[in-house]
Amino acid sequence: MTTTQEQPILAETTPVSVHRGKPLTPPRRRRGDLIFFRTTAAAGTLILVILAAVAAFLLQQAWPAVQASPAELAERIHWFDEDQTLLGYVGPLAFGTLLASAIALTIATPVAVGVALFTSHYAPRPLAQAFGYVVDLLAAIPSVVYGLWGALWLMPRLHPIYVWLSENLGFLPLFEGPVANPPRTILTAGIILAVMILPIITAVSREVFLQTPKLLEEAALALGATRWEMIRMVVLPFGRSGVVGAAMLGLGRALGETMAVAMVLSPGFSYSLFLLKPGQQQTTAANIALQFPEATPTGVSVLVFTGLVLFVITLVVNMLARWAVSRAVGGAS
Amino acid sequence: MKRNRSGRLSAVVAAGVLALAACGNDPVASNTGNDQPTSGVTSDLSGELAAGGASSQEAAMQAWIAGFQEAHPDVTVSYDPIGSGGGRTQFLEGAYPFAGSDAVLDEEERQQSVERCGGSPAIHLPVYISPIAIVYNLEGVDDLQLSPSTIAKIFNRQITTWNDPAIAAENPGVDLPDLPISPVSRSDESGTTENFTEYLAAAAPEDWPHEPSGDWPVEGTQGAQGTSGVIQTVRGGQGTIGYADASQAGDLGTVKVKVGDEYVAYSAEAAAKVVDASPRVPGASQHDLAIELDRTTTEPGTYPIVLVSYVITCPSYDDVTEGQLVKEFLGYIASEEGQRRAADAAGSAPLSSEMTEQVQAAIEAIQVGSS
Repeated sequence: MTTTQEQPILAETTPVSVHRGKPLTPPRRRRGDLIFFRTTAAAGTLILVILAAVAAFLLQQAWPAVQASPAELAERIHWFDEDQTLLGYVGPLAFGTLLASAIALTIATPVAVGVALFTSHYAPRPLAQAFGYVVDLLAAIPSVVYGLWGALWLMPRLHPIYVWLSENLGFLPLFEGPVANPPRTILTAGIILAVMILPIITAVSREVFLQTPKLLEEAALALGATRWEMIRMVVLPFGRSGVVGAAMLGLGRALGETMAVAMVLSPGFSYSLFLLKPGQQQTTAANIALQFPEATPTGVSVLVFTGLVLFVITLVVNMLARWAVSRAVGGAS
Repeated sequence: MKRNRSGRLSAVVAAGVLALAACGNDPVASNTGNDQPTSGVTSDLSGELAAGGASSQEAAMQAWIAGFQEAHPDVTVSYDPIGSGGGRTQFLEGAYPFAGSDAVLDEEERQQSVERCGGSPAIHLPVYISPIAIVYNLEGVDDLQLSPSTIAKIFNRQITTWNDPAIAAENPGVDLPDLPISPVSRSDESGTTENFTEYLAAAAPEDWPHEPSGDWPVEGTQGAQGTSGVIQTVRGGQGTIGYADASQAGDLGTVKVKVGDEYVAYSAEAAAKVVDASPRVPGASQHDLAIELDRTTTEPGTYPIVLVSYVITCPSYDDVTEGQLVKEFLGYIASEEGQRRAADAAGSAPLSSEMTEQVQAAIEAIQVGSS
């Protein structure tokens, strides 16, 4: 009836591979385990190696630009001003990239979370599936097509909205007029970027929300919560780190987006917060696309350096986001 | 649930694949034309000619290559539009037998060319003349005429509305609306920008204080990539004004520019005329036709805002095959048929008859083989 030892009653079942305190290790399972472990470890290492290789390549290509003095750079590159340093050149580019991506994330994340919640918790199953396919289709559209769509279709329709913004909210420096005509501004680029990153954030958020334990959801509903209250109490806190991860994926795409921005933005080189005026900001990727074709080797070096700075910024932003989430959730990520 | 799990996996994979698939495009470099064996054409010329340079000449070059290969089916010619700077570099290093360039060789490059061409400096042959039109989009205004000073002030953002007195004074009787002016420039480095700013600096130096350069110097203006970008931007807004290669102007209104006392619209003849009216670069040898464009000319019927693109070639070639191919190809470019083909394909202005004579004489004088 009883065993010789007092076994504590555990809430979860004891592992199958233990019998009377001794581990069971059949030979067949060990080899398979080893192969699987090695394969996954190799895949993980490969990713790290590729990342390190890209970083090393960027550093190597950018090295001549870092070493040269500003005078040398100005002499060899015609778009490099005389009294400008390398960091002074990169600064406005990084600012513009972050600004466009911030606008895109601010617009896209709430919409994407809304779509994901609708698909996972409100819509009937057939509608949810169709919705999912349509949103995924948005991700398949090439960025050049987004650039064309933005330039030809969206811009004329945005102009009256911008005029309204500048007339009613023009006291804020953000919306100060006069409005660019056509509106080839960072705000337009940000809106197009938002449409481009929407499917990524939606797809991942949807999967995260579907993972919420049904037990917790049903418990909240049983206690009398409405659907929205249940989502607010259970689904959103549970999915917070996943949504942040999804936003980081979207941010990665927004930071690196080249063609759509190059086709839609009138570039400038300043740290400006004017969202409605032309010729104010420029993003790193669009700048590289613009200058690369006719760049001398030193010019290419400078452009690669701007790419390296973008790389570092992406890393830092990702780490910050993960850290912020881990603090809020208490280590569960 | 099984369906949930496989659906989840495929959705994540699909999202990942689709996110990676929708990336930017790669610009495809244009390359060789096709061999078209025309019946009855006999030509014992054969070989390969690989050159490159200015992207402004690209459309014309494609037309010339097509025409030349029709006449000489065994020859393959290719032109890589890597830009004027790249073309000159490759030519001086010996990779290209000739190069297309919007700008003449500077002093240092000229010294290098002496070595490259075995003793004498390289020569410039103007082969492509393209008028630069000032296009605008203003509803209800079909004719606009402006002096260089007004144009400079507009593009330097000193005149900011269309009904400014300076513009109204030059356009009596035209109903100009109270609309802000949006100047549009090229956001990439461009020979068009360089020629336009050269014109402004020469014709209106008090109102245009910037050095001529291929990069647009004024901040806060609209900028677009490529000629097509500028045209699209000008079309997309009201009250826009920009500068672009005339062949792409389409149905947009173009400005008549003041030359001397009259206002001249752009045209092929007017553009070719200003090249004839301009002196050669001082110190050039007899067959070196590098031109110093006289942008302040008051000769009637000239349109001074032009882009002149050259072919830079050696006056002598040691390699017989290479030399013969270069001579034949350049001869085709300078011929009436070649110029007409380029005008049809690229909208350029054909060389005037005097200029054609001089260019053909220079090509005839190219020495082939060691003599």
